Amino acid sequence: MKSVEELLAIKNKVKGQMNVRSENGEDNIRVLVGMATCGIAAGARPVLNALVEEVAKRNLSNVYIAQTGCIGVCQYEPIVEIVEPGKEKVTYCKMTPEKAIRVVTDHIVNGKPVAEYTIGAVAK
Amino acid sequence: MRELSLNILDVAQNSVSAGATRIEIDVLENTGTHILTVRIADDGRGMDEQTVRRLPDPFFTTRTTRKVGMGIPLFKMAAEMTGGTFLIESEPGRGTTVTATFRTDSVDCTPLGDVESSICALATMNEQIDIVYTRAADERKFVFSSAEIKAMLDGVPLNEPSVMTWLSEYLKENAAALGDLQPGE
Ligand SMILES: Nc1ncnc2c1ncn2[C@@H]1O[C@H](COP(=O)(O)OP(=O)(O)OP(=O)(O)O)[C@@H](O)[C@H]1O
Ligand SMILES: [Mg+2]
Repeated sequence: MKSVEELLAIKNKVKGQMNVRSENGEDNIRVLVGMATCGIAAGARPVLNALVEEVAKRNLSNVYIAQTGCIGVCQYEPIVEIVEPGKEKVTYCKMTPEKAIRVVTDHIVNGKPVAEYTIGAVAK
Repeated sequence: MRELSLNILDVAQNSVSAGATRIEIDVLENTGTHILTVRIADDGRGMDEQTVRRLPDPFFTTRTTRKVGMGIPLFKMAAEMTGGTFLIESEPGRGTTVTATFRTDSVDCTPLGDVESSICALATMNEQIDIVYTRAADERKFVFSSAEIKAMLDGVPLNEPSVMTWLSEYLKENAAALGDLQPGE
């Protein structure tokens, strides 16, 4: 069984890392997952889970995962947006858990957006 | 939706949009009567009687990104298809309670699916809201309160990926310990 002790250990570890980063830090990356009806029906929940798992596994302490609402292009859900300071927002659409893992490794870790998953490429 | 747990996540998003500070979610299974009760109650802004009456109409929505609101109509349909019931009670300024019952012995009953995954997503993505989740299988019961977890985390956010991973496992294990539940994803 998952224990509270384990949670407290996670807390202490994260607290240690929090001293060297801040919510508005320059290298912070925000990952937004669309969680309106259209997104949820299209599979946003497993996409969110895959993102969380991959980010946790790689211990990426500058990545913040959050939910957003419907941005009005329901036919392209599940949608994931990556927001980095000083860069244009990248919108990924028709996401799957597999695509989400690739976005973490290519875009978030290696800084190379996955062009073929972006809304511009898929909408063509 | 493929799973009722996705309807639950979706209907709870209405409570988020309504500015709730607390959302209670009950998933109660009775294997004797074959009735599954799902209740989602919030302390958000609520609705007047006229608005509640228009809710089952997909063309009623206050969202601005599109002209239809599907969440409530889909959940209602999922319940009524099984021979179950659907009820919304709301009071402006006080909050809203959505209660649906499902006949689990109906061939038209959508599988419940992974409710814990929905609760985990809801709680971690909405730090500002206290989620109280009660899952019961006949006499056995498990109650989760996100406020208790937040108190232990002492400022570390719930959407911290390592915390989310822990919480997901924690919820799964506790629900599984109830036994006799429909399998998740
Ligand atoms: N818990 C609630 N508190 C206050 N208002 C609510 C609540 N639930 C629903 N509503 C109102 O009812 C409307 C319809 O809800 P419904 O879930 O059917 O569609 P939606 O949320 O507008 O869009 P969708 O669910 O398709 O993303 C909402 O736009 C909102 O104004
Ligand atoms: Mg809705």
